[in-house]
This record gives sequence, structure tokens and C-alpha cells, in this order.
Amino acid sequence: MKLFQSMRMALKSIYSSKVRAFLTMLGIIIGVSSVIILVSVGQGTTSQITEQLNGLGTNQLTVNITGRGATTSLTYEEALALGDIEGIENVAPVISGNVTAKHNTENVSVTVEGITPSYEDVKDFHVQSGRFLLDIDTEYRQKVALIGTGTAEDLFGTDDPVGQKVQLNGISYKIVGLLEAKGSSLSGSNDDILLIPIATAERQLKSKGVRSITIATTSADTVATVKDKLESTLDAKFNYADNAFSVFDSQEMLETVNSTTATLSMALAGIAGISLFVGGIGIMNIMIVSVNERTREIGIRKAIGAKKLDILAQFMIESIVLSGLGGVIGVGIGVAGSWLLGKYTSLTVSIAWDMVLISFVFSLLIGVIFGMMPANKAARLRPIHALRNE
Amino acid sequence: MSASTPLIQVQNMTHGYNMAGETMTVLKNLSFTIDFGEFVAIIGPSGSGKSTLMNMLGCLDVSDEGSYLLDGQEVRKLSDNKLAVIRNEKIGFIFQNFNLLPKLSAVENVELPLIYRGLSHRERRETAQQALLKVGLEERMHHRPSELSGGQQQRVAIARAMAGSPPILLADEPTGALDTRTGQEVMQMIRELNEQGHTIILITHDLEIAKQAKRIIRIQDGNLVEDRRNAR
Repeated sequence: MKLFQSMRMALKSIYSSKVRAFLTMLGIIIGVSSVIILVSVGQGTTSQITEQLNGLGTNQLTVNITGRGATTSLTYEEALALGDIEGIENVAPVISGNVTAKHNTENVSVTVEGITPSYEDVKDFHVQSGRFLLDIDTEYRQKVALIGTGTAEDLFGTDDPVGQKVQLNGISYKIVGLLEAKGSSLSGSNDDILLIPIATAERQLKSKGVRSITIATTSADTVATVKDKLESTLDAKFNYADNAFSVFDSQEMLETVNSTTATLSMALAGIAGISLFVGGIGIMNIMIVSVNERTREIGIRKAIGAKKLDILAQFMIESIVLSGLGGVIGVGIGVAGSWLLGKYTSLTVSIAWDMVLISFVFSLLIGVIFGMMPANKAARLRPIHALRNE
Repeated sequence: MSASTPLIQVQNMTHGYNMAGETMTVLKNLSFTIDFGEFVAIIGPSGSGKSTLMNMLGCLDVSDEGSYLLDGQEVRKLSDNKLAVIRNEKIGFIFQNFNLLPKLSAVENVELPLIYRGLSHRERRETAQQALLKVGLEERMHHRPSELSGGQQQRVAIARAMAGSPPILLADEPTGALDTRTGQEVMQMIRELNEQGHTIILITHDLEIAKQAKRIIRIQDGNLVEDRRNAR
């Protein structure tokens, strides 16, 4: 008997008991659709976090100095000397604070960072017009500044800020460069910012010493070893005081997020597996009932020439069509649900197409596995017993 | 098929069932032959073993002992699948309670044996329609069994039995569930089929029905007690 014929027979039989078929499929539908929605939301959120962490750079270490005990801070010369540690490519010490920036009548409160020229490479900040800060600006404590696109818009609107003057807490600075737009990262907007030479910043912010150092390692692989060396060097500098500094490692953070995500995915897959398994048991249950109910039908079919394989195929196909149909409906609801969630809620959703495929194939497999027992039972019925059954 | 060998050759057929640990012999050493084109009634009271005999002749079951040659082939040696093929190609069943599939239309019911024979959809439809035409149900082709009267249902069953033109038609109390008049109509149809060359084996407990056959085999307590030609 041809496969197509069997398929038609299965569909006919399912169609003739629609409500029961739907209830049978419900377990699979719920299983498949919930897996797709959960994984899609999970993937969306993870990729959002990963993107933000990657924005911080994967070969970067950030040292925050809080200062405890006798030594409370590092001078920027001391900070620059950390660059001698093997594996460190570049060091960008930063002194930061908040000032009120004023141009004509416009006033904005803005973050000021005192930086060295190495900041350009380490933090990957570049100017789109004008020039970056130079060593000479630091040496002579020049009153020059780079401006972020956000602050530039606040102060100058659509005018070109390069070459203009700006007052920081009343002190006049010349803007020499406009930074490229960076968007925002975990640490907030990167565009509402002013960068000035670090030596100038010491005076402007009345802050002795470096508060934060961003360090670029030669590669992402050496981050961990560099971190160890850096910590022991700094420990010695701060006389082993507790909590004098902290080293933040975006790589480590990324790994933490990734392992959390992996655990979460495993848990989701587990829940999915259980719900699909329960759906499968539902199918098996109905198929057994169906075989019992249709004992006579099986007897008649066998009497007029159906072979074992014909009956086996008929019931297997019925069970696979049931579970496959459930899978298709589940995929439909799952994809539509994910899409709606992404569109109408604040959740970031990226539809997990691999999960769509996996859960559909899995639902077919459920049909095969859980259809086997009832179908085999049907195929092995002896025609005289089946015919006698009223 | 050669005319010299009989269509059915039963020799020393013995069969028993296990009931509560005791073996009950239902068929005892039966021997008879049936030729092509015969119209045989197998008659006996209930419990005589005639239903078991029908199962054996219909290849639905295999006897414990003896031999059963169908068209020269020993049935007892065949596998389940081969038996299914024989049932499909050589035997047409007509049951007392029709045994139509309730969810299929008349024409789909008639097509069923042809599906298992592997015919294409078009061939099946044509053959099934021809068969329904012969039993006078061309108007009711797409009705379901529940929408047909008992007599009509049995006619659908007859159409199904002969759609694949098997040499043997095996009728088990074909009029048992029908009133006398429709029963007579069905018997008329069966006689006509015999006249067209079909071999017919009719199983019944009703002597009036059996009298319409050309030959009567009487079974009692599993023994063949009478085998005579009917002078109709």
C-alpha cells in the first residue's frame, strides 16, 4: 500500500474525530510553542547582554581605585608604569568627575574624564573631526577638550563644536575634536562626555591621582594572567590593604553570563523535554484507546487482505500525523507568540529558528516512539479475534 | 487454475480450542472437496463448528491438523502475510452483520480490498463503481453505511466481496440480520453471482436458505454428517 494512501487514511480518521485529535495534540502544541517562546526570549536577552559586554571590549581590564590605608591613590605616572607588566599593551588612566559645562546661555551637567592619548586605542574612541589629545597637551596642562556627540548637540545644536570655547565650572576650554558617536553600554551613555588632558583634569577636578585605569592586554586570551599580575603589583603598592582597588574583567563577566545562559537553556530544554514527553504519553494513551475501539475495523481490514505491515503503517502514520500536526500548530503559535512579545513588550526576542526545527523534529519523533506500541498491538491482532469483537 | 484439481480440498481437518485448561475439539477429521463454480451450503446448529470451519476456509485461522489445499496450495504452511494475500485475492467475505467501515462511504468500502491489492486510485474507483452498479446501488455510492438500510448495506458488502473478482465468495449467515423479503433479495443476488461463475460457500443454520444451494454439507458436533446434492 502506498504511503500517500496511508496518509490520506490517517488524516481522514483524525478528521472524523476532530475534538479528540485536538485534545490529543494539545500536550505537543503547548510543549513546542512554550519551548520556542521561552528560548526566543532567552536568546534575545542573552544576545542583548553579550552585545553590551562586547561593547566594553573583550581584551580589557578596568581597575577602579578606591584607596585604603596609607596610600590612597595612584598618580598617573604610577598608573602609566603599570604598562611595563608583561602582556599589557596599553594603559589608559582616567580621572573623572562631573562639571557644569556652559556655552553662551546653554548649561549642562556633564561627565569629564581626564585622559592620556592612549585612551584613543584602549577605549576605541576616535574623533570624527578635529584632532585627538596629544602628549604635549598633558605636558603643558593645556585647556583643550574633546566633546561627545550628545554633549555637542546639547551645547552647540547643529553648529560645528570644533574650535569653539566651552566653560567648565567657569574655566574656559577650547574644543579641539568631536568624538564619534558610540551609543550606550552597561556604564551608560558614551556620548554625553567631555575629555580633557589628565594633568589638566587633576587641577580642574581638584582630584589627586587616578580613580580608574583601563588596560588593554595584547590579546583576549592573556586577560586572566595579566589580571593576576596586575593584582599582585597593585597589592604591593597599596600595602596589601583590603578593598583598595578592584579589577573588572569584561571577559570574565561574559563567561559568567554565558554559563548562566547555558544553565538556563539546559533548564528550558529540560522543561521542554518533560512537556513533550507528557504530550507523547497523551498520544500513546489515545492511540491505545483508538486501537481498542477499532478492533473490529482492524479485523475487517485484515479479513479483506490487509497485511501486518499495512495495519502497523496505518496506526504509526496516524500517530506521527497527530504529533506532527501538533508540532506544526505548536511552531505556529510559538513563532507568532515570540513575534508578538517582541513587538508589544519591552522584551528583546530573537526567534530561535534552530529550536523551531529541533522541536518540530522532536514532536515527530514522539509520534514514532509513542505510536510504536499501540500500532504494534493493532498489527498483531488476529483477524478472527478482532472480527468477533463487538 | 486448472479444472482438474478441485478449488478446495480439505483432508482430515481437526481443530480444537483451549477452554479452561481443557481442549475442546470443534472440528473432527473433516474431509471434502469443492470444485470451481459450485454453490455449497454448510449447515449446522450453533456450536456445531461451522463458524470455525468458515474461519479455516476463509484463511482467517489455520487448523491444528489435517491439510487444506486452496487452488492446489497448502494453506497451513503459509505465513501470515501470504494468508493476507490469499484472503485478498481469492476470497470475498460476506458477513452476517455486514462489517462495513462506518466512517467510509459505500464506494470507499468497496475500494478497500483493492487498496490492499495495490491498485491505483482511478482503477479502484472504476472497479468499485462497476461492482456497486451490479448490486444496483449506483445511486447510493457516496452514502455512509448508517445512511443505508440493512439490505442495502449487505449489497454494499456483496459488492466489496466481489469487487476484486475472487474465485470464492464466502457468505456467513448473509441473511441473518435481514427480514425475510430483503433476505430473499440478497439470496437471489447470490444465486445470480453463482450463475455468473463464482464459487459460493454459504454458511447458515437455516435449512430454507440452505435449500437454495446446489449442494448441502451438514456439520454436527464437529463431524460431517451429510453431503448431498440438492435437487432444486
